Amino acid sequence: MTGTLLEVSNLHAAYGLTRVLHGISFAMQDGTITTLLGANGAGKTTTLRALCGMVKTQGEVRFAGSRIDGKATEDVVRLGIAHVPDGRGTFVNLTTEENLRLGAYVRKDRENVEADLERVFSYFPRLKERRAQQAGTLSGGEQQMLAVSRGLMLRPKLMLLDEPSFGLAPLIVRELFEILRTVNAKEKVSMLVVEQNAAMALDLADHAYLIETGRVVLSGTADEIRRNDAVRRSYLGY
Amino acid sequence: MDAFLHQVLAGLATGGIYASLALALVMIYQATHLVNFAQGEMAMFATYIAWSLINAGMPYWPAFLLTVIFAFVLGVVIERVIIRPVENAPVLAVVVVFIALLVILNSVTGWIYTYTIKPFPSPFPAEPVFGKYMSAHEAGAIGVTLVVLLLIYAFFRFTPLGLAMRAAAQNPDSARLVGIRVGWMLALGWGLAAAIGGVAGMMVAPIVYLDPNMMGGVLLYAFAAALVGGIDNPAGAVFGGFLVGVLENVLGAFVIGNELKLAVALVLIIGVLTVKPSGFFGKVFVTRV
Repeated sequence: MTGTLLEVSNLHAAYGLTRVLHGISFAMQDGTITTLLGANGAGKTTTLRALCGMVKTQGEVRFAGSRIDGKATEDVVRLGIAHVPDGRGTFVNLTTEENLRLGAYVRKDRENVEADLERVFSYFPRLKERRAQQAGTLSGGEQQMLAVSRGLMLRPKLMLLDEPSFGLAPLIVRELFEILRTVNAKEKVSMLVVEQNAAMALDLADHAYLIETGRVVLSGTADEIRRNDAVRRSYLGY
Repeated sequence: MDAFLHQVLAGLATGGIYASLALALVMIYQATHLVNFAQGEMAMFATYIAWSLINAGMPYWPAFLLTVIFAFVLGVVIERVIIRPVENAPVLAVVVVFIALLVILNSVTGWIYTYTIKPFPSPFPAEPVFGKYMSAHEAGAIGVTLVVLLLIYAFFRFTPLGLAMRAAAQNPDSARLVGIRVGWMLALGWGLAAAIGGVAGMMVAPIVYLDPNMMGGVLLYAFAAALVGGIDNPAGAVFGGFLVGVLENVLGAFVIGNELKLAVALVLIIGVLTVKPSGFFGKVFVTRV
C-alpha cells in the first residue's frame, strides 16, 4: 500500500433542485477494495457519478494527489479511472469485441491492446465465445462481465463499480466477485464498489463506508462494519 | 428494350447521387435523431466553391479534392457554431434552425453567384460507354459514388475513430465513460456528411446544371430514399437511393411523364410513412406507455 489514492472531502451534488449528496467525505488507499453501502436513494450511484464528472458538484475530489472535481468525464477516464456504470452501459448494437476495444479507446499503447483482449477473455471465457455477437443479445450476466471487462481494457488504476451484482443469479455474482478479487490482487487495480448486497460487498472489500441520505454515517474495515450491530440488523438481516 | 435499359442505367447514376445524400441524412439522423433539411443546400454551396476553383483555372480533380475538404470543414463549423448551442433545444426549434440554414445558404449563394443557371463541367469524357446505353458522366458518377460509399463503410467498420463515432451516436453516456469526446464526434459526423454531400453535388451538377435551387429536388429524392431504406439504416438508405433513382427514371420515361417525376418521391415518402414507417430495413421501436 502506497498511500491515499482517492480522497473525497465535503462533496455536494444535486440534480436540479434535488440535493443528493450533503458533504460526503471518504478516502481510499491505493491497491484496496473499498465499498460504499447504503439503502436505495442514499446517494451511492450519485457519488460514483460525481467522481467522474457526470453531475455538477461542490467540494473536493483528489485522485493520486491532484484535484479532479470539475473535470469532464472524458478527461477523468484519461487519468485511469474506469467507471462500470449502473445498468452496464452496453453498446447494444456493437459486437462484444467492439465493446471491449472501445474500453481501450484512450490508450496510447495500441500494441498491448490485443494482449489485453486475451487477458480479459482468460477471466471471462464466455465473452470469447460471444466475441462476434451483438452485445445487446448477451444475457444480463454476460453483459455485466462485458461491462467489467470494458473497464479493464483501460488498464485502470481505479475501477468504480456500480452495483455489479444487480439482477444476477447468486452463482454468477459469486463468480464475478471472485474474478474482481483476482484482478485486484494480481493487477493492483483499486476498486470502489457500490452495493446493496452488503454481505457480498463486505466479503470482497477491505474497507467500507455506510452512507445514509448523502452522508457517511459509519466507516471502518470490512470486518468492523460487519460486526456493527446496526449494520447487521439493517443491511445484513441477522 | 434499349430505351428501357438506358433509363435504368441513367436511373442508377442519379440513384447513386440520391444514395450519397441519403447516407449523409442518415448519418446525422443516427447521431442526433434529426433530419438535416439544409443538407442539400450545404452540398449546393460546396459545388459553387468547386465551380469557382475550376473557373479560376484549377484542374478538375484538385478542385474536387479541395471542395471535399472545404465541405468537411463547413460541416464541422456549422455543427460547432450553429447546431451545438441548440443541442438540447426542443425538436421544433432545431428544425427551424435547419430551415434557416437552408434559406441563408441559398440566399448567400444567390447573392454571391447570382441565380443565373451555370453549366458545371464533368471530369469524364463526352462519348457514351457500354454501347451508347450510358453517358460517360453517368458511368463515372456511379463509380465515384461507389468509391465514396466503400470508403465510408471501411471508415466506420475498420477504424478506431469510426468505431468511436458509432459508439457516440448509439450511447453517448457510455461513450463518455470510455473517454470518447462525444461533441467532437458529432462535429466530425457533420463534416463527413457535408463532404459526402459535396461529392453528390459535384456529380449531379453536370446533369441538373448549377443554380442555387439545384438540390431542392435532389434532397426530396434523398429523403424518399432514406425513408424507403429505413431512416436509421445506412445500407438501407443506399439501397433506397438506387431504387428511387431507377423508379423515378423509368416511371418518368414510360408511365407518368417527366413533369410528374418529383411526384414519385412525394408518393414514396407518404406511402412509406403511412404503410411502413420504419422502411424496408429500419428497426421498429416499441415504447411502453
